[in-house]
Amino acid sequence: MIEISGLQKSFGKLQVLHDINLELKSSSCIALIGPNGCGKTTLIKSILGMVIPQNGDIKISGKSIIYQHKYRELIGYMPQIGRYPGNLSIGQLIKMVRDLRPARNEYDEELIDAFRLSDIIDKKMSTLSGGTTQKVSAVLAFLFDPPILILDEPTAGLDPVSSEALKVKISKEVEKGKLVVITSHILSELDDLVTSIIFMNEGRIAFNKTVSELLQDTQEEKISRAIVTILTNQQQV
Amino acid sequence: MNRIIKYVLLDIIKNRLVLGYALILALVSWSLFNLEDNSAKGVLSLTNIVLLIVPLVSIIFSTIYIYNASEFIELLVSQPLKRPQIWMGFFAGLTLALMLAFLIGVGLPLLIYADGGIALILLITGLIITGIFVALAMLVAVLARDKARGIGLSIMVWLFFALIFDGLMLLLLFQFSDYPIEKTMIGLTSLSPIDLARILILLRLDVSALMGFTGALFKEFFGSETGEWVALMLMVLWILIPFWISLNRFKVKDL
Amino acid sequence: MRYSFFWFLVLFCFHVHADTLQVGRGKKYSSIKSALEVAHNGDTVMVFPGDYREGNIIIKKAIVLTGINRPLLDGLKKSEVLSIKSDSVTVKGFRVVRSNFSTLEDPAAIKVYDSNYVVIEDNILEDNFFGIYIQYGRHCAIKNNVIKAYGKDEQMIGNGIHCWKSDSLLIIGNNVSGHRDGIYFEFVTNSLIWRNVSHFNIRYGLHFMFSNNDAYISNVFKNNGSGVAVMFTKHVRMFNNHFMENWGDASYGLLLKEISDCHILGNKFTKNTAAIYLEGVSRAEISRCTFEENGWGMQIQASCMDNHIFDNDFIRNTFDVSTNGDLVLNSFYENYWDKYEGYDLNKDKTGDIPYHPLSLFSMIAESNASAMLMYRSFVVMLMDRTEKIMPSITPDNFVDNQPRMKRVNL
Repeated sequence: MIEISGLQKSFGKLQVLHDINLELKSSSCIALIGPNGCGKTTLIKSILGMVIPQNGDIKISGKSIIYQHKYRELIGYMPQIGRYPGNLSIGQLIKMVRDLRPARNEYDEELIDAFRLSDIIDKKMSTLSGGTTQKVSAVLAFLFDPPILILDEPTAGLDPVSSEALKVKISKEVEKGKLVVITSHILSELDDLVTSIIFMNEGRIAFNKTVSELLQDTQEEKISRAIVTILTNQQQV
Repeated sequence: MNRIIKYVLLDIIKNRLVLGYALILALVSWSLFNLEDNSAKGVLSLTNIVLLIVPLVSIIFSTIYIYNASEFIELLVSQPLKRPQIWMGFFAGLTLALMLAFLIGVGLPLLIYADGGIALILLITGLIITGIFVALAMLVAVLARDKARGIGLSIMVWLFFALIFDGLMLLLLFQFSDYPIEKTMIGLTSLSPIDLARILILLRLDVSALMGFTGALFKEFFGSETGEWVALMLMVLWILIPFWISLNRFKVKDL
Repeated sequence: MRYSFFWFLVLFCFHVHADTLQVGRGKKYSSIKSALEVAHNGDTVMVFPGDYREGNIIIKKAIVLTGINRPLLDGLKKSEVLSIKSDSVTVKGFRVVRSNFSTLEDPAAIKVYDSNYVVIEDNILEDNFFGIYIQYGRHCAIKNNVIKAYGKDEQMIGNGIHCWKSDSLLIIGNNVSGHRDGIYFEFVTNSLIWRNVSHFNIRYGLHFMFSNNDAYISNVFKNNGSGVAVMFTKHVRMFNNHFMENWGDASYGLLLKEISDCHILGNKFTKNTAAIYLEGVSRAEISRCTFEENGWGMQIQASCMDNHIFDNDFIRNTFDVSTNGDLVLNSFYENYWDKYEGYDLNKDKTGDIPYHPLSLFSMIAESNASAMLMYRSFVVMLMDRTEKIMPSITPDNFVDNQPRMKRVNL
């Protein structure tokens, strides 16, 4: 679904991405993890076209996306900290985003119910708490039933109930055959969702394994443990 | 793009600042014309508003708006929309909103109280100046990454065109008063949009005095209908060029 | 008194013996010249419609030459058309065109040579070198003529109404355009110029030299090359004229040079580059005039003295007044200045603080004309403001101590 080859990006002198090569297939839920400042967000933003790489190429369904815009119809994006025009109410925001994207017959509004947003649909975005804003972000990401979902720290600000609801939704979408990319640093939350893990460090991909491979290689039972093991091993080498 | 303009416009109209701008302009214009039994004085004061206040408000407001809308821009960029469309949408939205405020605030009283020719030229230059300084603001916003520097730069741009440039021109004029520098001066004025607007207004307001200008070059150039069109076109270029540069920058900007 | 009865008799005789000679196709006389030959003093030569190309027609008898339905007298650019060499001639109702061009003889459509009591009335003069020319004429009247020419170059065209060494003329209700000077007066005294329109002339609408004790009243001078000039003259009265749109470098609504004891009252100056330019003017009274939308209301040179400028309105001028020195020997008082920003607390209708009509920038523009390019810029505004608060360059005795709060003339 998404092919990344030789991707490089630097902001001024700071090289953020060193020669990233990746292939992300549909029907999978990929966790993109790594310490702060490792380049996760830059990688995601490159895929979204918000950051323009100096070198390399990103292809979605075989087509390069650099300087393109139409492919974004295929992507639902939930930013880490959703920031929206404060003057709009939740309802207006949803309506606007709908308006801006190509019209569809059906919209996936499951999450609106799951998060009980209907009750506060007229609240202004500027008055919302961080968690509620996150919920709105999630709603917008899933609204268009896109084949690719990119979720940046999706559960970070959510209460346990909503977090659970979101997870349910994510696994459902993966089962439908979608590609879901999640960045996170809270490993345990991901355990039961993720099919493979990409670990980034200092702008490079430290490893890229499926969950089963990972557990097998490290002889661990929990993903978080497995990652720690692999990292300590790498450092020793 | 129309949809983007619509949402930018909606957002700005809800913004009380633009409403306040329109209101203050209206208040000033109406009181200028009502207090003075002589509408010429009102026109003179409005000229200063068009040449000083409109550029200042346009550039500062637009700069701040673009910085504050960074999240909105990010949201739009992550949608299947062309970047140039987004940027143009913002430009059009800002320009339309500010022009509307200007039209309501200054346009109405002008059309009612001032006589046709001068009212028209004040309106047209006011509208174009609004466009120019929105374009300059967008250029500033795309060049300077943080808001404080951006606003600082905007104020500098305004100060330069409103004051410093003319000061330099005057200096040049006195320094080289013994040489035939009229042509050079005319060429140099096109480097400042405010000067272009000022001269267009001057041609209407002080046409009698300009007719006596030795060399008559000045009148020959700007006074003819073609000259007026050239000046207006130059002003339009002052919208297009900064905007075009900012657009190209925005196309490759990392958000 | 002694001769009055005699004169009455003489007039009576003329009246009794006056004949009417008819000229035209199918009339007794086919040419004007042939009729003139047989005419006597006091006869009327009546010219019927048609084109008369008879070269120079010379009138040597006191007759009335009158055109019916405006017959055409055509000089074919070969000769002067009508030459009047007798007293008491009346020429009325013709269309006179195409006199010849000669800078030596100054030919005109209608020229009066050393004659008195000539009346030239209701003619249309087109495309002539000079229009109406009077030399050594007394008590002549030029009334309601339309005088048109299409001059391009000052050297190639004469004046519309040219009066030289004459006295007691009446120039009334004429419309002159396209000549060098619309109306030209040199050594003409005790004359009246009333209700004429002089416009689109190449040089002056009215040119006035060495002509004392004249008056010009209620004329319109519009869009002439350099306005109206009154020079080297005394005791001229200029009332209720309208000077407008005299635009250009060295162009004035009214140029006054070396004149004294003149009265300039109730005139209106609109849209001139400089409404009045005064040089070497003394003891003039300029009052109840309206200066509107001029580049300069008054350019008063330092060589002027003892002039009184009061009860005038200065409205929407770029600069109300300017001067070239710091000597001020004229008095300004009780004028209305629309740029005045003072107040009137005691409600006596004059402002409580004096008004300084000279702006710094008008002085700058006077010495450096291209500075006009920077007018109304923020910098210039700041400069002018500063100068108003702390006068350093403009003479501080150039002042109106009783500026009016309201217009004088409405």
